Amino acid sequence: MSEKSLYTERADGRKLDELRPLHAEIGVVPNADGSALFAQGDTIAIASVYGPKTLNPKHQQNPEKGVLRVHYNMLSFSVGERIRPGVSRRSQEISKVTEWALTPVVMLDELPGTVIDVHINILQANAGTRCAGINAAAMALAHAGVPMKELVSAVAVGKMDKTIVADVNKEEEDFEDGEGATDMPMAYLSNSGKITLLQLDGRIQLNKFKEALEMGKQACKKISEVQINALKEFK
Amino acid sequence: MGMEVKTVWKVTKKNVLEAMNKSERLDGRQPFEHRNIEISFGVSNKAEGSVKVKMGKTEIVCGIKMNTQEPYTDHEKEGTMTTSMELLPLSSPNFEYGQPTIEAVEIARVIDRGVRESRFIDFEKLCIKEGEKVWGINIDLATINDDGNLIDAGALAAVLALLTARLPVYDEAKDKISFGEFSDKKIPLNMENMPITSTFFKIGDKIFIDPTREEEDTTDGRITMELSKPGKEEMITAMQKGGEATFSQEEIMTMAEEATKIFKKLKTLIDESLDKFEKGKK
Repeated sequence: MSEKSLYTERADGRKLDELRPLHAEIGVVPNADGSALFAQGDTIAIASVYGPKTLNPKHQQNPEKGVLRVHYNMLSFSVGERIRPGVSRRSQEISKVTEWALTPVVMLDELPGTVIDVHINILQANAGTRCAGINAAAMALAHAGVPMKELVSAVAVGKMDKTIVADVNKEEEDFEDGEGATDMPMAYLSNSGKITLLQLDGRIQLNKFKEALEMGKQACKKISEVQINALKEFK
Repeated sequence: MGMEVKTVWKVTKKNVLEAMNKSERLDGRQPFEHRNIEISFGVSNKAEGSVKVKMGKTEIVCGIKMNTQEPYTDHEKEGTMTTSMELLPLSSPNFEYGQPTIEAVEIARVIDRGVRESRFIDFEKLCIKEGEKVWGINIDLATINDDGNLIDAGALAAVLALLTARLPVYDEAKDKISFGEFSDKKIPLNMENMPITSTFFKIGDKIFIDPTREEEDTTDGRITMELSKPGKEEMITAMQKGGEATFSQEEIMTMAEEATKIFKKLKTLIDESLDKFEKGKK
């Protein structure tokens, strides 16, 4: 590295581009048409899929294509200081961006008049919950047999001072020295090479941003392998 | 959604795309060209700061209201900020009364993030008594006429309102704010961190900014980039992808490059209108 960064070693000893231990499970909610659990280190998300089913009330139906609805929720005890149960502005926004991250791969044209409900719940949070949620949801959709073009994989890339790292944890998210922490959750389609989720807060130079995108892509490819293996093993 | 609505939408999308393929906009603009931007200050003399921003036919007002409150337990030395966006039924046949829609919530959150993450506001200077009393800033936005690109117009309005706000007279001993009486104290701002917001919209494989409502409704997705320039170079301080479109890495980097050009343009516009505002007061 040419410039000195105040963040040279990761708090948990990982290499800069190393993900936290990943764990994927299929079929964790027997009632659902499809379900999955995805853990990245201490962050654990479960997702269930109900549908495709007829959308009611009928006037909400789209005669040309199906509708994908995502509900993201953090359980009140998933974080240090209890959060009030129920819908918040934050959870509404995350539900929406997750919907936008998943919709491009679901072949909704083949499912006119139907709805697919995706429910994501965070059991335990240590940063990157929306990404773990997307990873779980993509597997749950595949498990439900929903026609998909490919899987979606997501990761939060970070910049602590001047150092770019993959799969940020909470301690890193709170890093305050130098340029502080930048958090960039992204979702990536490993086959087509497209980005379907991109958010950022912090501060990042254009050349570093480019570097972060590249690291995110590589990280998502690794996540995709874990997702695919879990789906294969389940069958 | 009824069939009629869909048909209209399809025709418009075709028109917009056809024009774009000839590198034209329906109104003849270039892809990265804004509509005419008009700024006027002092929408309400009750507000601590207020402004109206017009981008073409889109019109947004922003008012700053201050209050005192207890700080958050994890930020005992810092003031607070909230951002709201009201999509007024007055401003469009598409907006209705009731709970804020996800559209309104998202716009407010993206604008909020742009201001907050840029570190434009010096929150520590808004502390009155550590752990007990701090200033709260409310950035309240409302649409007067919706003709698209509400995030960028709203973000510009928020910055201008913050820049021109004055704190109300405050009696610390009695903890009483005399609303309507203004001190000469401004909101403490780090001017070098001023955030400037550009949203890039995508239709087919075409990318452009500042859509009219007609154009925006036909787009597949967007990416908002909020930049500031704390040192020699511009930094991205917040970002948000919206909509179902997918983006390639190259497209995203093109937007980032364009965003730095727009940053310079809008920064000049803000500086000029502040200059006028200051002169107008004398």
